[in-house]
Amino acid sequence: MRVYVAGVGLAGPGLAGWQASMPVLRAEAPYQHAPTAVAASELLPAAERRRTGVPVKLALAVGSEALLNSGCDPAATATVFASSSGDCDNLHQICEALASAGREVSPTRFHNSVHNAAAGYWSIAARSREPSTSLCGHDGSFGVGLLEAAVQAAVGGRAVALIAYDHAYPEPLHAVRPIAASFGAALVLLPAPGSRCMAALEVEFVANGGGAAAMADAALEAVRAGIPAARSLPLLAALARGGAHELALECGGGAHLALGVAPCA
Amino acid sequence: MGWPRFFARLDGPTFHEIPASPLQPAAISHYSIVNSLGAGAAPVLHALRGRESGLAPCDFETVALETCIGRVRGLESRRVRSDLAAYDCRNNRLAQWGLELDGFAGAVAAARTRYGAARIGVFMGTSTSAILETELAYRRRDPATGALPPGFRYTETHSTASLGDFVRRYLDLHGPACVVSSACASSAKVFGNAVRMIAAGVCDAAVVGGVDTLCLTTLYGFHSLALISRQPCRPYDAQRDGISLGEGAGFALVEKPRAAAARIALLGIGESCDAHHMSTPHPDGVGARLAMQRALDAAGFAPADIHYINLHGTATRSNDAAEDKAVFDVFGAATPCSSTKGATGHLLGAAGITEAIISALAIEHGLIPGSAQTGAVDAALKCNYQTAGRDAAVKRVLTNSFGFGGANCSLVLGAVG
Repeated sequence: MRVYVAGVGLAGPGLAGWQASMPVLRAEAPYQHAPTAVAASELLPAAERRRTGVPVKLALAVGSEALLNSGCDPAATATVFASSSGDCDNLHQICEALASAGREVSPTRFHNSVHNAAAGYWSIAARSREPSTSLCGHDGSFGVGLLEAAVQAAVGGRAVALIAYDHAYPEPLHAVRPIAASFGAALVLLPAPGSRCMAALEVEFVANGGGAAAMADAALEAVRAGIPAARSLPLLAALARGGAHELALECGGGAHLALGVAPCA
Repeated sequence: MGWPRFFARLDGPTFHEIPASPLQPAAISHYSIVNSLGAGAAPVLHALRGRESGLAPCDFETVALETCIGRVRGLESRRVRSDLAAYDCRNNRLAQWGLELDGFAGAVAAARTRYGAARIGVFMGTSTSAILETELAYRRRDPATGALPPGFRYTETHSTASLGDFVRRYLDLHGPACVVSSACASSAKVFGNAVRMIAAGVCDAAVVGGVDTLCLTTLYGFHSLALISRQPCRPYDAQRDGISLGEGAGFALVEKPRAAAARIALLGIGESCDAHHMSTPHPDGVGARLAMQRALDAAGFAPADIHYINLHGTATRSNDAAEDKAVFDVFGAATPCSSTKGATGHLLGAAGITEAIISALAIEHGLIPGSAQTGAVDAALKCNYQTAGRDAAVKRVLTNSFGFGGANCSLVLGAVG
C-alpha cells in the first residue's frame, strides 16, 4: 500500500526537532547526546496544561511539529497514537499510592492513567473531533502504529497523523521494563501526494520478517534500540536523506513492515 | 509553538465534519463471551432474558470500598495453557476462558486452515490489561532496594500489549496484531481496525475482542472521581448515582462479507472525539452524536432503520444525560434503547465487544434486553428507554461505547441477508 509523507515531528535525546535533527540523521553532523527537551504545549487551555506530564507534552510537541510542517488542518486530521507504556511516571505514582495504607489515588492521576490520555489532550488542543485510536505493540509500537495510520490513509482516503511516543519508567519498574529516555516521532500521511509531499512511502506487512534496520552511528543505534518509539529512526533517517531507500521495521510478534521510501514525483 | 494559521480560522463553535467513508460490510461468523452473567453465549442470553444481574457487594482482593462489582467467579483457580505460563495473570486467564467458550478457538483454527495463520489479524481492546499484577508487586517491594519481587513479569502481564500477544500465541496467528487502548471505547474500536485491515488487503479475517479484569486502579480511581455507586448501578434511573465495575471478555471472528458461516453483519462504524474534557463527556453529547451519525452514514442507514440501541449507559448522572441528548438528537423518541450495564457492570475496555455481542444476541434471538437494576426512569431523559425488556424482531442494532479522553465509537450490526 502506498501513502505519502507530508510532515515529520521529532523530539528525542540529542534530537531537538525535525529541522535541527536532519543534518544528524543524514550523518552530516555528529550526534551529540543531550536530554530530551520538551516544553508544555501552548495549545492546551491552562487548566489542562497543568495536568499533563512529560509523555503528553512530548506527544503534543511532535504532533504539532508534524502537522505544521504538513500544512494539514489539525482539526480535520485523524490521529493514531502509538506508545509502549503511556505515562510511566503517573502509573508509578498510582501503584505507590495503592500500595500505601490510605490508597488515595488522585482523580487527575487516574484520568491521566488511560493509554489514550495523549489522544484526549490532543483532541482538545487541536479542536479535533476526527477519529483517533491509541495503540500499543510493546517494542513494536511504532510499527503497529505506522501500519494502522497507513491503512487509515489509504482506505479512508484522508490525512492521518501518527504520533508515537515513549517515556522512561522510574524505578522500580525501570528495572523490569527499561526504556532509555523520552522520545517522540510523528508523521503526517496522505493518500495522495500533496503540495508539501516529502516522500512516497510503500508499506507492506511481512509476517515472520527478517531483522529490523539499524542506525550506523553507535550512539543513535543505542537510542533506536533502547526506546520503542525510536524504532522509527531508520525511517526518519531515510526521509532526511531523501532519495530511494528500502528498510524493515519491527511490527510486533516477529512481524515486520517492509518500507520503501521514494521521492514524491 | 501554536497554530497561527489554523486558530484564527477555528475560533468559534464550528468543527469540521468530514463525511464517513462508506464501509465495506463485514461478517461476524463466531463469537464468545464471559462475564458475571455467565460463561458462554447461552447463559448470558438466559440472564438477559430474565433481566438478571451479576452485580454483588464488592469482595475483591483487599478492596475496602462500599460498592458492587460484576465479578467472574472461579477465575482465581484457572491457569493459562502451560506453554504460555509466563502470561499467567487474571486478565489473560479470563482471555483464555473466553477463547475456550462457544467453540470459538475451534472456529479460529478452521479459519486458520482456510486463510493461513499470516492472513488473520488480532486486534484486542483493554483498558488496564494486567495492571493488577503490578499493584500487588508494589506491596512486595524489597525493603532495602525498593525492587519488585523476583518473578514479576511486566512484558507478559502488565504491558498493554500483553493481551494481544497472549491471544495471538494462544490461537497461533501471525497476521497484524495490536492492542487498542482508548479507554472504554477500546473493544468497539477494534472492529474498525479489522475492517480497515481487511479492506486494505493486509489480512483476510481478524479476531477482535476485549478483556478487562478487576483491579485496584479502576476501583479506587473511579472512587476518587466520586463516580462509583454504593448500590448496583441503575442506568437511566431517576436515582442513579454512579457506575458499578465489572470484568469480562468477548471475542468475535470478523471475515469478508461473503463468509459462509456469517451470522451477523457488521454494517457501520463511527468514531469521534469529544475534544472537551478528559473524564467528563461533552454535556450536549456532541462527540457521541457525531459517532452515531458517522456509523449510520457508513452503513447507509436512516435513524428509523435501527430497531434497538444498546446504550453506553454507565449510570452516572452526567454520562446518561449527555448520551440521552445525543441519542434523542439523532433518533428522536421512538427507537427502543437500553443499557445492559445494570446486568454486567461497566466492563471498561471489554464493554464494547461485550455489548456488540449482546447486540448480536438480540438480533439472533429476537430480544430487546431490559435494564436490570433500573427502577423508575428519570423523567428528564427523553429517549424510549426499555426497562422491562421483551421479545421483538430486531434486525439492526446500534451500540455505543464512550470513554475517558472523549473517545467515542458506535457500531451498527445487522441480521445477515
